[in-house]
Amino acid sequence: MKSMLHLINKSPFERTALDSCLRLAKPGSSILLIEDGVYAALANAAHAEKITGRMEDFTFYALAPDIAARGLGDAPLIEGLVAVDYEGFVDLVADHEATQSWL
Amino acid sequence: MEEWEEPGPEVVKRFMYVNRRAPYGTIYALECLEVVLVAAAFDQDVSVVFVDDGVCQLKKNQDTTGIGMKNFSKTFGALDDYDVEKIYVEKESLDARGLNADDLVIPVEVMAAEDLREIMAQQDVVISS
Repeated sequence: MKSMLHLINKSPFERTALDSCLRLAKPGSSILLIEDGVYAALANAAHAEKITGRMEDFTFYALAPDIAARGLGDAPLIEGLVAVDYEGFVDLVADHEATQSWL
Repeated sequence: MEEWEEPGPEVVKRFMYVNRRAPYGTIYALECLEVVLVAAAFDQDVSVVFVDDGVCQLKKNQDTTGIGMKNFSKTFGALDDYDVEKIYVEKESLDARGLNADDLVIPVEVMAAEDLREIMAQQDVVISS
């Protein structure tokens, strides 16, 4: 079992959930971007460096249906970030000891 | 995949409640405090964390008479009565808001992010608001 799965569902442009998670999550954790959180997954957006700079500490995922729903299906994602579908979301929850939603 | 085991009554789980919002702009802060007080009745290992604007919930001298809302900052004093003794406040969040432990309504353990994350990682359940 891996440690903790952190869920981010707020846009990094509007809220500090991602910043706080990156500050307080223990290295080795996984971070899954869902809903408006997927705006942080874009390679060409202003907040990309927050994630690219922490690739060694965390494994990053983003929920593909939420990316597609926002018209971003063709937008380049941050390299190394893994897009998952809902089944992958379930697998991530099952493979971690606990889940924390940063509302 | 491991088989799900229903925890018996003797199993004590570690519950952490993470407060990240200021007290009166939304209902989250008050609701979370009420959840903590209810949860404390179940003899679990409960800890309460204040980070980001959540630290503002504990500021002394709150006076809500002018806004018609309940001043629930006094209710934090009940945590001790419910044997909720693990109350952690992130130092970085206090510093950013010009606050320190003396500004808070209850005694807390002020903790740097690097130490707080170790405790957070040990929890069975983390509920954030």
